[in-house]
Amino acid sequence: MSKRIRHYTPINYTKNNTLKIITFIFLVILYLPIINLIMFSFNDSKRNIVWRGFTSKYYEKLFENEMLFLAFSNSITIAITSTIISTFLGLTTAIALWKFNFYLKKYYDVALLFPIIIPEICMGISMLVFFSYINWPNFQLWPFTLSSIIIAHVSFIFPFVAIIIRARLSMLNNEILEAGLDLGANKYQVIRKIIIPFMSPALVASALLAFTLSLDDFVVTFFTSGPNSVTLPVKIYSMVRFGISPEINAISTLLILIIIICTYFAIRFLSKSNREIIK
Amino acid sequence: MTEKKTTIELKKLNKRFGDIVAVNDVSLKISENDFFTILGPSGCGKSTILRLIAGLEVQDTGAVMINNKDCSFVPANERPVNMVFQSYALFPHLSVRDNIEFGLKLKKINNIDRKTRVEEILELVKMNGYDFKLPSELSGGQRQRVALARAIVNKPKIVLLDEPLSALDANLRMEMQQELVNIQRDLKMTFMLVTHDQDEALSISSKIAIMENGKIIETNTATNMYEYPSKKFSAEFLGRINIIEGASSVINNRILFNSDTFGKINIKQDIKLPKDGVLGIRPEKIIIETGLNKQKNRVSMNGIITNWTYYGDVSYITIELKNKSKVYINVQNIHRNSLQELNIGKKLFASFDISDLIILEK
Repeated sequence: MSKRIRHYTPINYTKNNTLKIITFIFLVILYLPIINLIMFSFNDSKRNIVWRGFTSKYYEKLFENEMLFLAFSNSITIAITSTIISTFLGLTTAIALWKFNFYLKKYYDVALLFPIIIPEICMGISMLVFFSYINWPNFQLWPFTLSSIIIAHVSFIFPFVAIIIRARLSMLNNEILEAGLDLGANKYQVIRKIIIPFMSPALVASALLAFTLSLDDFVVTFFTSGPNSVTLPVKIYSMVRFGISPEINAISTLLILIIIICTYFAIRFLSKSNREIIK
Repeated sequence: MTEKKTTIELKKLNKRFGDIVAVNDVSLKISENDFFTILGPSGCGKSTILRLIAGLEVQDTGAVMINNKDCSFVPANERPVNMVFQSYALFPHLSVRDNIEFGLKLKKINNIDRKTRVEEILELVKMNGYDFKLPSELSGGQRQRVALARAIVNKPKIVLLDEPLSALDANLRMEMQQELVNIQRDLKMTFMLVTHDQDEALSISSKIAIMENGKIIETNTATNMYEYPSKKFSAEFLGRINIIEGASSVINNRILFNSDTFGKINIKQDIKLPKDGVLGIRPEKIIIETGLNKQKNRVSMNGIITNWTYYGDVSYITIELKNKSKVYINVQNIHRNSLQELNIGKKLFASFDISDLIILEK
């Protein structure tokens, strides 16, 4: 009696041939290029056309290529720094929007979306114009050479973080915090024992997302990078102009691997937090 | 019998929110082991009283005494009271066990004691085996039990319940009401409940206070509150009642109540009728008769049935007397066959005992 019967079931596509074919074509188009890219990174040939046998020499070559290594370390440095800064900014923004009331609050909610919906090319150009307008110094010393890219990345990444954390915090109503007080927690214990553990899955997930967003960004980075601050995607782009070598396949494969790992954990943390939603 | 200890005493408590007076000069005493209920329409300030006791709000004036200690300005986390919130307010990221242990951990109770206490409580609220479930994986009734367990595991001086059953369906609510009473009796704890549901209040509380517009109108035991209310508002709030307006006069040492509805009624001498008081008679005290009952202590009437609402076990009937006044009667459905006599438009004789009359202040 108490259990309600659900009257809907997901469409059983294995019984529907049309759906089966469409799904198959869709998956092929989506994943074949990526599989192809990964496969040919192990191809013992200078060209990506015929399979000539397995080799890992292009991966070994990668580690000898100083330019690529520099670009990679630039990318990682930028990604880590902008992840830390944008997670912090996103967290504080989310808390401000959740807990406090201030003038024009609802417009801040909308304004937060702008960096996400503005075309990336416009974002990149505006950043470029902005930096030249304020005469952002052209640093020669690493890692300060990366400062303009980091600022640009933070500005479009932190809204993602804020939105994810804000969605999580909206589940935490006032009564829950009051229950904490009622059960003997002081203000700081409420923050330490309820608010922080409660939002930590979203915090970790959004940090991982921020990391991948920064790592694989091309457009904004392209406009804000200088000769001393080439990142991996920008470097790959410049290499492609001289033809696609298996080396590019190899470095792309590594990039895909890092991003898959990050995304996997981000989704795991997010789904853990989704399980706790009380309907 | 010795006098019961007072657990909570409110002294002239006042609380305003802007222009709204939520709690207006409320003084209350709640004794140990009481199941005390504040009953009132929504928005009358009853939840605010709970929040003032819990320390989640601070009173404007007045004092909250807990076990004869002034706790008016003790912060919520240091008060020996625990609350069951209307939305249950379980910590969504913690398992059932972690939710219940939350208060004990803050009190630094050691592992072994904590474990046994949680086991006991889970057993008590019939939730053993659910230790590691998340609140989102529980049904409404189960969440309710966990919320209750989380409060009582701390052995507070008083458990405050803010309309905890309002989100449950009717059958489950009945079951939980009974369980609340049993738990309260077993643990010998003091419970304080806030509700707008008069049936709930009557069935579970040992004492009821009726509240309107931030004021406590009347406090009494549950049965006395229903049978002998002294205020018209509380009589009407606790269920249907026929209000008999009129004026009293003293003739030959007897009090006569000259009513608009039933004419002259002889009230017993020992009852004092307040100025501009009215009489009331509960609908179930009126009995259907086959003809006019001429007994001395009974008031008789006859009228036409104008309304009939069937509830299965009982029928709510409205009859209209010759003088156009309406009388509510509740008829127990004792025989199936007698249902046919209760058609709209039929003439009905009925009477009630004078001793069942309630004297009410307006």
